[in-house]
Amino acid sequence: MKRIAGKRGIGAAPIILFLSIAILVVVVAVPVLLIIFNAFWVNGEFNVGDIAKILGEPDTYQALINSLIIASGTTVGSTVVGTFFAWLVTRTDLPHKRLMKGMFLVPFMLPSFIGALAWKMLLSPRAGFINRFFMLHFGFDGPLFNIYSYAGIVMVEIMYLFPFVFIQVCGALERMDPTLEESARISGAGLFTITRKITIPLVAPSILSGALLIMLYSMAHFGTVAMLGIENGIFNIPTLIYQRIHQSAGSFASIRTGTVLATILVVTAAFIIWLQGKILGGGRYQIIAGKSFRPMELKLRGLRFPLLILCVAYIGFTIVLPTAVIFLVGGLKTYGLAFTWENLSLDNYKFVLFDYQLTKDAIWNSVTLGLGAAVITMFAGVMISYVTVKMKVRGKGILEFLGMLPFSVPGSVIALGVILAWSGKYGVNLYNTVWIILVAYIARYMAFSLKANSAALEQVHDSLVEAARACGASMWQALRDIVLPLVRPGMLAAFFLIFLPSLRELTVSIMLYAPTTRTIGVAIYTLNEDGETVMSAAMAGIALILIITGQTLINRFTEKTGG
Amino acid sequence: MDIIRIEGVAKAYGRLQVHRDLTLSIRKGECFTLLGPSGCGKTVLLRLIAGFESLDAGRIYIDDTLVSDPRAGINLSPDSRNLGVVFQDYAVWPHMTVFGNVAYPLKLAGVTPSELNSRVGETIALVGLGGLEKRLPSELSGGQQQRVALARALVAKPSLMLLDEPLTNLDANLREEMRFEIKELQRKLGITVLYVTPDQEIALAISDRMAVMDGQGRIRQTGGPWDIFERPADPFVFNFMGIANFVPVRRQGGDFLVGGGGQRLPWNHPPGGDAPDWVAGFRPSDVVLARGGEGLRGVVRRASFLGAMMDYLIDIDGASLRTSLETHAALADRLMFAEGESCVVGFRNLIWFDARRLGEVAKR
Ligand SMILES: Nc1ncnc2c1ncn2[C@@H]1O[C@H](COP(=O)(O)OP(=O)(O)OP(=O)(O)O)[C@@H](O)[C@H]1O
Ligand SMILES: [Mg+2]
Repeated sequence: MKRIAGKRGIGAAPIILFLSIAILVVVVAVPVLLIIFNAFWVNGEFNVGDIAKILGEPDTYQALINSLIIASGTTVGSTVVGTFFAWLVTRTDLPHKRLMKGMFLVPFMLPSFIGALAWKMLLSPRAGFINRFFMLHFGFDGPLFNIYSYAGIVMVEIMYLFPFVFIQVCGALERMDPTLEESARISGAGLFTITRKITIPLVAPSILSGALLIMLYSMAHFGTVAMLGIENGIFNIPTLIYQRIHQSAGSFASIRTGTVLATILVVTAAFIIWLQGKILGGGRYQIIAGKSFRPMELKLRGLRFPLLILCVAYIGFTIVLPTAVIFLVGGLKTYGLAFTWENLSLDNYKFVLFDYQLTKDAIWNSVTLGLGAAVITMFAGVMISYVTVKMKVRGKGILEFLGMLPFSVPGSVIALGVILAWSGKYGVNLYNTVWIILVAYIARYMAFSLKANSAALEQVHDSLVEAARACGASMWQALRDIVLPLVRPGMLAAFFLIFLPSLRELTVSIMLYAPTTRTIGVAIYTLNEDGETVMSAAMAGIALILIITGQTLINRFTEKTGG
Repeated sequence: MDIIRIEGVAKAYGRLQVHRDLTLSIRKGECFTLLGPSGCGKTVLLRLIAGFESLDAGRIYIDDTLVSDPRAGINLSPDSRNLGVVFQDYAVWPHMTVFGNVAYPLKLAGVTPSELNSRVGETIALVGLGGLEKRLPSELSGGQQQRVALARALVAKPSLMLLDEPLTNLDANLREEMRFEIKELQRKLGITVLYVTPDQEIALAISDRMAVMDGQGRIRQTGGPWDIFERPADPFVFNFMGIANFVPVRRQGGDFLVGGGGQRLPWNHPPGGDAPDWVAGFRPSDVVLARGGEGLRGVVRRASFLGAMMDYLIDIDGASLRTSLETHAALADRLMFAEGESCVVGFRNLIWFDARRLGEVAKR
């Protein structure tokens, strides 16, 4: 018989707690605090007057206004488009609904800056293929449509952001209890009245929440505006921050402008997220049950085929056409040549993949950065979630807040904060190395990891760990043998949720790259800026193949494991 | 010799004081049952003993080792208390097979592979799960999962097992079967078992000794099952040990009159006090029913046929009592009453309670 004996050693709990706090403070809190500190403190003094002055400068003021115009336009447009298509694929007898639904989600996979690149090739005022076609064949004097405009930017953002609303509204419409509508129908209401009086009010919270998500995203969106706006002098907040930091190589004035703009972005984002929480938290949302129902379908009759054609045309126009243009231009010998067999080859692709140092570096950097960030964030996330979900410690709310903060902190803000924190001012200088990008990725994607991991941890009942302790396992052993295996699906989800987006990341890395630390996104962007359009397109094509392959593999994988 | 000594233990969650000044000891080798209504703090006490929760005050000794004492800053971690614990929700690890679950404690203990195999095999056979070694918990029934939990707690040969009885998931037959198996194992292996349950039948059936806890976490009585059944210390215990009848009785001179009428209680042992109002407590099974003869005259208010049993609600001068007898006995002795018929009631056994103390019964 064993005798009861006291074991002593450093317990797992304090170590985990300490590490969690340390990671979040260093990676998230310090950069964000530094931004706010730098925005308000000048020469050791609290200074608000200066902020007003900076905001009053024409450039900054214009950028603020532009952010608002673009975000509003994008939000309204995406909401209309997203809601309409969501209704079409869930509540009508449109042919091939499932396929159509899948197609409408494809833009999630396409990075919007690659979309913007494609549209620039199609609709730039002088050289755009479509504009040239119209000028050549229909005798137009000027371009049919100038993509370097507010309308152009908004149009491209709508194309790639509307799935946020689409997916939310689809979900709400599918989960909505049809008896609500049926009872209205029994009391004699027509389908149109039911839709207006019952359906729309019921899904309104989902529509609004999707709209706010787009607002948040668009306010802080870098890629499209950078591709299409800068040419014509249209800057929004993130692009202005980028331009200032980039041009002045970190001068005091530019950092200050940057931090003030970043603070505004953070505050706006926090407000939007708060508003979204309010809308989703409202009681009305509960009418939607968790189950899936078979909803009532509207007979489209004569409109069935016209509407199907509309959907196909929309998909062709927003997905197929841009993708095709990217791949075709990527195959051209020189930009400007016609798409004939003689002019097309795979040489650019080969060059980009095997011979061009810049793009080879970029692919290597993106893949290793993605893997590194995904692995580190996955483990850090499971640890921090363990503290917030399972441990009974005071003040863990702060950890939760810090972990979720990056959700409301746009990428350009994170990048700026990371520059402030890791440029040698506080002892460590990572500037111009890949490490600074890694740190920024970790901060940016931590919230994804926390979400996935805390969801998985909620499923692991405390008594499972206690049973292990009672069997003689130390806390470490119980974590290793019981908790880790049980949260593995959550960790894997976190891994993929980080790895794939980081492959296409642009906003953060464009602020942090050095000549040898370009990522795929940066390579595409800078090649395009330098006029290497065909190389840029070839690189974009390869990025698309990478992303789509990755996504397909993951879908396969998650289907198999049932997670 | 006591294997567990709990001295003056207190535990609160925020405002909720679950235990205050609780003292209890459990002897080596016995099967001890802690009986109490749902929510009275049984699981909390087990968790305190196992070391999953810390005490607010008091001391706990296991095997004469002080394992918890907040004043001295002692709180041994659960893994060093050498206990077997079966949780109320089984807590079988879903990612391990039956074999993996049962083998885990031995793996931690660093047992050699050959010994591990043989001991795990033995234990699995002991709880009747032979042949299911490779199954995952999701492929087992509730009862089988409980056996896995039991085997897992037994495999390391602890000298003390804590068992928290699950209320649901097991059908009545299976539950009964499991209880006797647990009792069997306890005898065969000579271990001490602390069994926690809200069900008095099981407590009576398997305990060497037992304790009854009330809704406030106070221990009302400790003793052998027969003691507690026959000589409940107070109305709470009495009530908790079976459906109880409480009939008001008035003292008038030397006589004890039932309800609001003038009939004398047919019982020759008067209560020990001199209070004017008393309550006679008895179980339905202690009632002797007849068609005539000596006893209290009453009227059958309700007659329910429950299959094997007949259940009667009888009114005696405004006091009502319940009794039940086996249907075939009722048929044989012509004791099938219809509603409204009169009957005669006598007692096999009866316990006196001071009426002023009965308020507590109502609270349960
Ligand atoms: N971790 C906790 N935090 C707050 N209150 C708790 C906690 N654990 C138990 N309680 C409360 O303590 C009281 C006793 O709970 P306990 O689980 O010990 O009941 P129980 O006697 O085991 O009941 P049952 O027979 O239903 O299992 C309950 O009121 C419960 O709500
Ligand atoms: Mg319990």
